[in-house]
Amino acid sequence: MSHLASQSPTSPSTSPASAMTADAIQAAATTSSAALSFLPDDQVRYPQADEEGYFGGFGGRYVPETVIPALQELEAGFSDAVSDPAFVGHLDGLLRDYVGRPSPLYRADRLAAASGLGAVYLKREDLNHTGAHKINNALGQCLLAQRMGKNRVIAETGAGQHGVATATAAALLGMECAVYMGTEDIKRQALNVYKMRLLGAEVVPVSDGGGTLANAVTAALRAWVACVEETFYVMGSAVGPHPYPSIVRHFQSVIGEEMIASIEHDPDVPFPDAVVACVGGGSNAIGTFAPFVAHCDRAHLPLLIGAEAAGLGVDSGKTGASITKGTPGVLHGFYSYLLQDEIGNPLEAYSISAGLDYPGVGPEHAYYHDQGIVRYVPVTDDEALEAFLLCTRSEGIIPAIESAHALAVLPALGRELGSGAVVFLTVSGRGDKDMDIVRERHLGE
Amino acid sequence: MSTLGGRGDGAMPSASMTTGARRLTEAFSRGPALVSYLMAGYPSSSEAREAVRQVVVAGADVIELGVPYADALADGPVIVRAADAARTAALPGRFGLEETIATVALLTRGESAPDAAGAPIAPATSHTAIRVPIVLMTYYNPIRTMGVHEAAHMMADAGVAGVIVPDMPPEAGRGWLEASRPLGIATVFLVAPTSTPERIAKACGASSGFVYCVSSLGVTGERTALAQGIGAHVAAIRAHTDLPVAVGFGISSGEQAHEVARVADGVIVGSGNVRRQADLSELTAFTRSLAEGVHASQG
Repeated sequence: MSHLASQSPTSPSTSPASAMTADAIQAAATTSSAALSFLPDDQVRYPQADEEGYFGGFGGRYVPETVIPALQELEAGFSDAVSDPAFVGHLDGLLRDYVGRPSPLYRADRLAAASGLGAVYLKREDLNHTGAHKINNALGQCLLAQRMGKNRVIAETGAGQHGVATATAAALLGMECAVYMGTEDIKRQALNVYKMRLLGAEVVPVSDGGGTLANAVTAALRAWVACVEETFYVMGSAVGPHPYPSIVRHFQSVIGEEMIASIEHDPDVPFPDAVVACVGGGSNAIGTFAPFVAHCDRAHLPLLIGAEAAGLGVDSGKTGASITKGTPGVLHGFYSYLLQDEIGNPLEAYSISAGLDYPGVGPEHAYYHDQGIVRYVPVTDDEALEAFLLCTRSEGIIPAIESAHALAVLPALGRELGSGAVVFLTVSGRGDKDMDIVRERHLGE
Repeated sequence: MSTLGGRGDGAMPSASMTTGARRLTEAFSRGPALVSYLMAGYPSSSEAREAVRQVVVAGADVIELGVPYADALADGPVIVRAADAARTAALPGRFGLEETIATVALLTRGESAPDAAGAPIAPATSHTAIRVPIVLMTYYNPIRTMGVHEAAHMMADAGVAGVIVPDMPPEAGRGWLEASRPLGIATVFLVAPTSTPERIAKACGASSGFVYCVSSLGVTGERTALAQGIGAHVAAIRAHTDLPVAVGFGISSGEQAHEVARVADGVIVGSGNVRRQADLSELTAFTRSLAEGVHASQG
């Protein structure tokens, strides 16, 4: 494939498990799984944060001194783990047999036709165990926690997908788990709250501020400062103090790596003209985009598009579009684009989607934005709901409202790129959790 | 003009003659010092200033003035609630770093007229200038938003002695230090119970005025029991610096203050004050008991 700058010598396997011998599977799960890894290998050049955790000036560590040693320990523990074949093999085995990876890259022809595009390939993260991309990262971090000798994890959650994924990984690995969740989100996402409790996690309600994701992150960080010595903080998005953005990017890069493996190994899958993902904190998007940035020459990079939550509109005062409407600032331990008032207080973000109403965005996205590597576009609640319905009725796939923000970009892309264009789009999760919200809106009635 | 200055005030050089760092170090030089944290703008701008004056009269040696901020990551519920109240009580709806610096200016210069918010009658002490050093406790983003140079100049003009920025570890503080050091503003870094010897050395090396020893894990707030091993923790810090070491987080009674003052150069009390900040008689009685506890350790 000419657009791919460096052919990965150890590409993720796309061969079905049934074609492998029992010995090969055993080897993959225990010792040398390099040839089967879903995770990025070190032959490929990913953008790296500098020594202090900055991607082109964004990122860093703005946290109380109490947790700095834990972040240093995490940095060392992470770098040690990802170079350990046993760790990589264990995670790969779980990604395959427990999560169900690789996730399909499905050609959605009716959606493409409705959008005026040549082909739309949906990366089906919604088919993962627990219903979203969040499990890729939660499993990776919980395994890392266990490897570092910590048997208790805490996490924040917005829509509840990261909370459910973390509670799931904790149940699987026999770990103690507490999830911080805003009271407004607890109301919006009752099903996920029940799932977390069923899985044995403690759900800690956070009533500060608007009772949404940003408040949950603050509460979880505050709690972490008190128990940092025995507790591992499983950060759910590509945000937070260094090294979290890099760790989350690493574990989510399976998404884009698999897309690239499909291009390399499946002659029917063309190289895309554009790649689309939704961006809140930005974990599924960074996992989608970063592998293309790593594998492709800049001149041959597909058009990368991040769909931000515009809420009621970027100028309505009720928005989550931190790149479009934000200015650089510090929140939750990192420096990036941020919705803030003129004296530096973070503002409350709004979106119909509980996973996107975050006032900041991951530092690597801020860097991609400044470098012109990714185009970030705002998508309103109404546009997302329209795309939600279109995807549901044209493909029989009910996406998460978060993912519907990415889908909403397609018609405009059709107009811009024309009817021959090929688009890859990450469906970050499934819409089961959003049934109450769409029912309230009488969607499709 | 009379002055409110705590112990040994007669020997204190004026703000214009010396740097904030030296004024702070001075404040710890006559035996253990009481560092009293209050929230600026709470319950109102003028009441907060009066609280500062009263606390100084009651025995505080250093004032730490909190800047109201919407995402106080290192603070517990008492301070968070006061910050939210200060931000929302102020008209036209903004009370932040700039307003806090203006508060310091009014305190260090003395007030001759009712403030702009229209406090009807100036309190009895309002014409007097505060001479004990005042440090600001602010999160990093308000400083960054104002601009490090602008913030440093405004602070210097107002007579701010130093700053404590709980989410700015030394690595993140370079730009601020470059802007503030030449103007004589001290920056106090924090050392945590989890800090390694390397981290302690780094925090001590970057600090001026004093070093803030965080007594225990967690956010700010009153604790019923003092953390174990504070003496050893302070000793570990003293191995790296000649600066005074003040201990904070979780100290909420005269007895606890006394205990800490036996091993440290200063005792920092925050949430216990802020909880009483709206009731001046309660606040001053509390401060007197803390000051007795701290100053009785002078030996």
